[in-house]
Amino acid sequence: MKIQVLGTGCAKCSELSTRTEAALKQLNLEVTVEKVSDIREIMAFGVMSTPALVVDGKVCFAGRVPNVDELAKIIAS
Amino acid sequence: MKLRRWFVLPPLLVIWVIAYRVLKPAAEWLTYQLIGLDPATRLGQAVAFFVYDTPKVLMLLVLVVFGVGLIRTFFTPERTRRTLAGKRETVGNVMAALLGVVTPFCSCSAVPLFLGFVEAGVPLGVTFSFLISAPMVNEVALVLLFGLFGWKVAGLYLATGLFIAIGAGWVLGRMRLEKHLEPWVLETRMGGVAAEDEHLGWNDRLDHAQQAVREIVGKVWLYVIAGIAVGAGIHGYVPEGLMAGIMGKQAWWSVPAAVLVGVPMYSNAAGIIPVVQALLEKGAALGTVLAFMMAVIGLSLPEMVILRRVLKMPLILAFVGVVAFGILVVGYLFNLVF
Repeated sequence: MKIQVLGTGCAKCSELSTRTEAALKQLNLEVTVEKVSDIREIMAFGVMSTPALVVDGKVCFAGRVPNVDELAKIIAS
Repeated sequence: MKLRRWFVLPPLLVIWVIAYRVLKPAAEWLTYQLIGLDPATRLGQAVAFFVYDTPKVLMLLVLVVFGVGLIRTFFTPERTRRTLAGKRETVGNVMAALLGVVTPFCSCSAVPLFLGFVEAGVPLGVTFSFLISAPMVNEVALVLLFGLFGWKVAGLYLATGLFIAIGAGWVLGRMRLEKHLEPWVLETRMGGVAAEDEHLGWNDRLDHAQQAVREIVGKVWLYVIAGIAVGAGIHGYVPEGLMAGIMGKQAWWSVPAAVLVGVPMYSNAAGIIPVVQALLEKGAALGTVLAFMMAVIGLSLPEMVILRRVLKMPLILAFVGVVAFGILVVGYLFNLVF
């Protein structure tokens, strides 16, 4: 499993990585969260609003920061 | 569990309306009876202002942020981009300015959004219309204007904000500034994987709206209270008419001065509007105050720094210049009419 957080380094983006890590802990998953901050790489995912979450190359959502429970649900599915 | 919400929301709304109605008498009772301040004194005036305005503005904020949060679930930047992609200038400028009001936007996403729009073939001027209207005409500004000045000023702000976004975007489009984009901008290719539109039910939408309230109100409430406290101080202690000399209609230079002071200032609407209200009360002219507010909210230094990554200096300067000029025109117009 590969998890990436896309964000240019704003407060919301780091909040999303923190919550994603918490969600992974909740699911007992040992996955490192990769942060993608290069704007061209972010665009390559077709994402225009940061932060966004990418699981195994698929964009799950963009432009918002869900809470830990919702994140766990998204990652699990 | 999810169903519960449909039983909780309507009564909450009723309670909100009743509380809003009794707010003024309750605040007066609290200040003059319970605390025992004299309505004729400056301290009494200042405290009454603070005690009434703070809950009023916060209540309005919660309601409107919830409503706007709900509306925003129907718009995404991706959808807006698709809508604008095929549009020509003029029609495109108008649509971009309108969509700027309802599309969720955070200034930290300004660069990817800009790239996405340009890549989709949205004309530069149309993209600017969006980038001007999105921060300037926002729900927090409109709520505060409505709560503190009434619907006329709020309506005027909405109309003139849209007018500037449309006009400035159109002018910038005419100026043919594409050569001042950073070279790599036009080479950026956007991936096709694009975030598929999430399928949202009403429960998800209400969830998102609730999150928006928590996030936005949680962020701005301190500014609102600080702003109202400063406003209360001015309300109680600054003598009537003092501002008339500095920011009144007679002082022709006050509009450009307000814009010049406002552009480098960075504050959100929540902090600046209560201050503005007090200035207005003490004799500042509406146009001057409006210009000041728009310059503070609409043009911010941090956003320019962010945009510098995709725009070369001449384009940034043209952007600031054209928008500032639009604000100037609006300021003079209002001082002339009112």
